[in-house]
Amino acid sequence: MTQLPPPSAKKLGLVIDLDTCVGCHACVVSCKGWNTENYGAPLSDQNAYSGAASGTFLNRVHSYEVQPEQGAAQLIHFPKSCLHCEDAPCVTVCPTGASYKRAEDGIVLVNESDCIGCGLCAWACPYGARELDAKEGVMKKCTLCVDRIYNENLPEEDRQPACVRTCPAGARHFGDLGDAESDVSKLVAERGGFDLMPEQGTKPVNKYLPPRPKDVEPEIDILAPYLEPVAQDGAGFAHWLDKALSALPGGAK
Amino acid sequence: MHPALSVIIFNTFSGLGFGLLFWLGMGVLVPTGWAAFIWFVIAYLFAVGGLIASTFHLGHPERAIKAFSQWKTSWLSREGICAVFALITMAIYGAGLVFAGTRLGVFGVIGGLASLGVVFTTSMIYAQMKTVPRWRHWTTPAMYLILSLSGGALLAGQIKIAAVLLIIGGILQIFAWGTGDRRFVEAGTNMESATGLGHIGKVRAFEPPHTGTNYLMREFIHVVGRKHADQLRIITIGLAFVLPVVLLLLASNHLIAALAVISHIAGVLVLRWLFFAQAEHVVGLYYGKR
Repeated sequence: MTQLPPPSAKKLGLVIDLDTCVGCHACVVSCKGWNTENYGAPLSDQNAYSGAASGTFLNRVHSYEVQPEQGAAQLIHFPKSCLHCEDAPCVTVCPTGASYKRAEDGIVLVNESDCIGCGLCAWACPYGARELDAKEGVMKKCTLCVDRIYNENLPEEDRQPACVRTCPAGARHFGDLGDAESDVSKLVAERGGFDLMPEQGTKPVNKYLPPRPKDVEPEIDILAPYLEPVAQDGAGFAHWLDKALSALPGGAK
Repeated sequence: MHPALSVIIFNTFSGLGFGLLFWLGMGVLVPTGWAAFIWFVIAYLFAVGGLIASTFHLGHPERAIKAFSQWKTSWLSREGICAVFALITMAIYGAGLVFAGTRLGVFGVIGGLASLGVVFTTSMIYAQMKTVPRWRHWTTPAMYLILSLSGGALLAGQIKIAAVLLIIGGILQIFAWGTGDRRFVEAGTNMESATGLGHIGKVRAFEPPHTGTNYLMREFIHVVGRKHADQLRIITIGLAFVLPVVLLLLASNHLIAALAVISHIAGVLVLRWLFFAQAEHVVGLYYGKR
């Protein structure tokens, strides 16, 4: 049913640390790897070996340049996948009931055998979290690796989303954001985690941690300004060569 | 937004067809026998032809029956239910006129209102999209209804009604464009709110997530429509509203009336193309585009 369930106590989601992400795209690759082989239709590619390659991904990493009023610009890598919104507009627009939000843990999923591929849910999502697979004609989205996190056939350390498990920088965290005492909730509180496009009113469960302020370059030595710059009237072979070459016709002065 | 041909054809022709069904149902013209048969065939060809065209953009049209289930929340589902109800009710009304020469007034009024209901529910699919600020406004359903009513009146040969509605429609469309142009900025969604990085400084898209394109960029980022928007708007106003009104005022024979209809349809096709091509989805911000 595409009516949203009452807000669940358990809100599983991701916390993404924009300070730590190095933009390696390992999460993108592991996501595609796991999800093309497991839950639902595979994630197809079109013209994968040509100049016009295109494909379905559930997680993509953008990179932004942010220019402060003063000082150097910052480069920030920005992974983006489904935010499993509490007030998910993608769910209520679905005409068939294929799109739904789980009452027990808040994960937003697509029942692919009911999906007619109309694309309205992708229109309703402000984040671009849903992609219609060009080969299968059904809507694909992040499942929060629902087939890993509860999977007792996997060792316990693997029972987290593939993107989180693989992140070499520790920039991705998985947990229950409905529980104020969980590690992820504490992290969000401590670091000032924020929502994307809060004005859209979607109440995302996933949170982003802001980049920490950059260090200001310190003054290394208080005497440095009084030191002479590199010798202008030097001596030795290099100095002689410089003068000799400059003296030649057409030599640089 | 990507202007999909199937959806433009659906919006244009179904709108006209259901508009004609509305005027037929309301008894503004009451044909009987063969004449009624021809009127209803024209209306059904437009209305149903458009509906069929709209299924061409589905990934799995064979499952379309499931789309009738979620009327509690989904405007697309409501549209489907409304369309089936209107078409069945109007078929009963039409059968009365064609085979018995009697006007089953109750069916006509209910079916006519349901026909407008189809147009309204279609418009709400677009007007509900918070992600597309240009569409999220009362002018969206108002324009859909006016276009359907005026086009239907034009097809039904109701010159006075059509002329008045076309003039109102043209003015309303200019208002909708004028206010729509500002709505993206007014909605307050920008690259800073999209990334949450505005507190540091000005955000610029530095590197996209991939070398090629993707579904999102194909579906939601369309720049060509905005490039020629001014010329296309003038063409739209001329073909869809001004020329038909002028022709109607001159109209003395069927040929001129037919020209008015053709001009209106051509204008509405351009209008619908612009409706999609000009609309900007907020997801484009993540790509530094609109």
